[in-house]
Amino acid sequence: MPNQYRGDVVSVRRAGSYFVLTLTAGAMAETARPGHFVALAIGGEESGLLLRRAFSIHGVQQRGVFGGTVDVVVSPHGAGTRWLAQRHRGDTVDIVGPLGRPFSLPRDPVSCALVGGGYGSAPLFMLAEQLRARGCRVDMVLGAANEDKLFGVLEAKRMASTVTITTDDGSAGVRGRVTDGLAKVMASHGTEVVYACGPMGMLAAVAQMATETGVYSQCAVEESMACGIGVCMTCVLPVIGDDGVTRMVRSCVDGPVFRGDTVRWADVGTVPPDTLGAPGVLGAPGGNR
Amino acid sequence: MTRAVIRDSLPKEQRSVAVVDMSANLAGLEMTSPILTASGCAAAGRELDQFFDITELGAVVTKSIMLEPRSGRPTPRMAETPSGMLNSIGLQGPGIASFVERDLVWLHQRGARTVVSIAGDSVEDYAKLAKILRMHEGVDAIEVNISCPNVADRGKVFACEANSASAVVQAVRRNTDSRIPIFAKLSPDVTDITSIAIACVRAGADGLSVINTLLGMVIDTDTMKPALAGVTGGLSGPAIRPVAVRCVWQIRQALPDVPILGMGGIRTGLDALQFILAGANAVSVGTVVFNDPTAPMRVHRELSEALASKGFRSLAEAVSYAHRSGDEIIVNEAEAPSDGDGADQDLDQM
Ligand SMILES: Cc1cc2nc3c(=O)[nH]c(=O)nc-3n(C[C@H](O)[C@H](O)[C@H](O)COP(=O)(O)O)c2cc1C
Ligand code: FES
Repeated sequence: MPNQYRGDVVSVRRAGSYFVLTLTAGAMAETARPGHFVALAIGGEESGLLLRRAFSIHGVQQRGVFGGTVDVVVSPHGAGTRWLAQRHRGDTVDIVGPLGRPFSLPRDPVSCALVGGGYGSAPLFMLAEQLRARGCRVDMVLGAANEDKLFGVLEAKRMASTVTITTDDGSAGVRGRVTDGLAKVMASHGTEVVYACGPMGMLAAVAQMATETGVYSQCAVEESMACGIGVCMTCVLPVIGDDGVTRMVRSCVDGPVFRGDTVRWADVGTVPPDTLGAPGVLGAPGGNR
Repeated sequence: MTRAVIRDSLPKEQRSVAVVDMSANLAGLEMTSPILTASGCAAAGRELDQFFDITELGAVVTKSIMLEPRSGRPTPRMAETPSGMLNSIGLQGPGIASFVERDLVWLHQRGARTVVSIAGDSVEDYAKLAKILRMHEGVDAIEVNISCPNVADRGKVFACEANSASAVVQAVRRNTDSRIPIFAKLSPDVTDITSIAIACVRAGADGLSVINTLLGMVIDTDTMKPALAGVTGGLSGPAIRPVAVRCVWQIRQALPDVPILGMGGIRTGLDALQFILAGANAVSVGTVVFNDPTAPMRVHRELSEALASKGFRSLAEAVSYAHRSGDEIIVNEAEAPSDGDGADQDLDQM
């Protein structure tokens, strides 16, 4: 169950192109699971930026000097994320969380590949830790446009049996895409479950690769969200239900983690014509607005 | 005397709060709070119930529901704007059958007062929706969202034409139990909102919800295309508050007695107070819930404090207060000398 908490900034540290914020978060730190996210308010009570920004939980400390804390990874690319990156120790940030459906963990000690694109790798370390605790093998594949945009390489090396790095420009690891790295990992380590988090295009490619080889996959998506708590319907994507019917599903409450083979990746950003309630040939698209 | 006792038992900053009667009445819908949610900003109450007790709201106003399931528009469906946002959801929803079975039943069992918002593509749709709702418990009022394109009229929005707006309101009124108030929700995108308001009231609306979003547009300067997949969207949030307050004010001047549910960018108790003073009998908090999920409770508290500090004994006293003629002034109890109530005087000196 999510709650709202006035968090204090404990620290802000730079990591490549990103900033890692540690915030006091009370009980949230105890209930958070890998794949959960938090929604942070931007700019204080009179801010003109009304919409919260969603961040997957990178890590938690349950009982430190500051009580419970959560870590998030911020990529400063807009006014809201820049504001967060400029926080200082002692500043207040209003947090809502933990939100969404987390990754589900296998019952048996299976072989897992964890794939992260850019700062999308943020939630994978908590996940790796819990998978390892269950006796799972963990291989990690981290990819980004360039070396600066990789996140958590050192952490990955501490946790995973193997770490594969790919960059688009070859500035670190192998030049190429995460899927190139993933293919090799899957072949050499008998991967049974793929976990992925990153940009939509990467998730689509990873999910397709897993599905084609009959491997179970779970992908944490990044849709733009206005509320993060399930009340606004802005964050939808087409997902096939257990009944075989495609629905526009809220990624904030029904996700952000989806089974890779249920998301209609190629149709994200559209409403496929066979979606439940899709406009008929003559149908008007409906108001508001 | 009772009042002094209550005040005495509370910490100083809360003493005045206890004396304001916050109950509100919207065309017979009795509520313990004048703060409601806004349609489309609270789904059907379940999610917000995790953050506060939704039975403490004046009422939950549910997302506009249509006859059939509706997928809504493609994404991106929203764009942040200065002090607001644009949305183009396209009325995604499960359809009335699923709504009454799952959401309405839940709200009823939960004990939340419920205003069901309905939307249609045609006058007949609205009539059918009203007929269906009539067969179910737990509908305390109906809000008729007329900001929808009328398929029969080449997609012209019902709310923009007095005739189509009245036709919808009349159809809903005819098919609704006379004890259930119906509210017509008006669009500000009209030349003269009072003429639409008057038409709706003549057609049988018991009250008016004022306002829906304003049509707006954002162009993404990276892609150099509209930011929303639906091209245009509805603007909401504090950015539209002055427009909303103006609409409430104009309607109140034209219709001194019609119940008004005011909304548009309410973020704080003082924002809500502007609407009340302009003539709203109760208010909805919409977009700001995305920023602060507990905002309705906070706004209630802040409004109650603001009313107390201005010397109002009840919310009802403050409704339309800004319309009073120039030289009337309110007796501000907080500053006025005590009328001999010893307990009060002592407290004030503490
Ligand atoms: C995401 C979103 C969805 C909305 N959906 C509806 C709707 O289904 N029906 C309706 O009558 N109004 C809808 N509205 C309009 C609000 O109920 C309200 O009238 C408007 O947003 C102004 O209030 P606010 O500034 O407090 O949000 C929606 C608004 C937003 C932001
Ligand atoms: S972000 Fe509002 S419903 Fe998902």
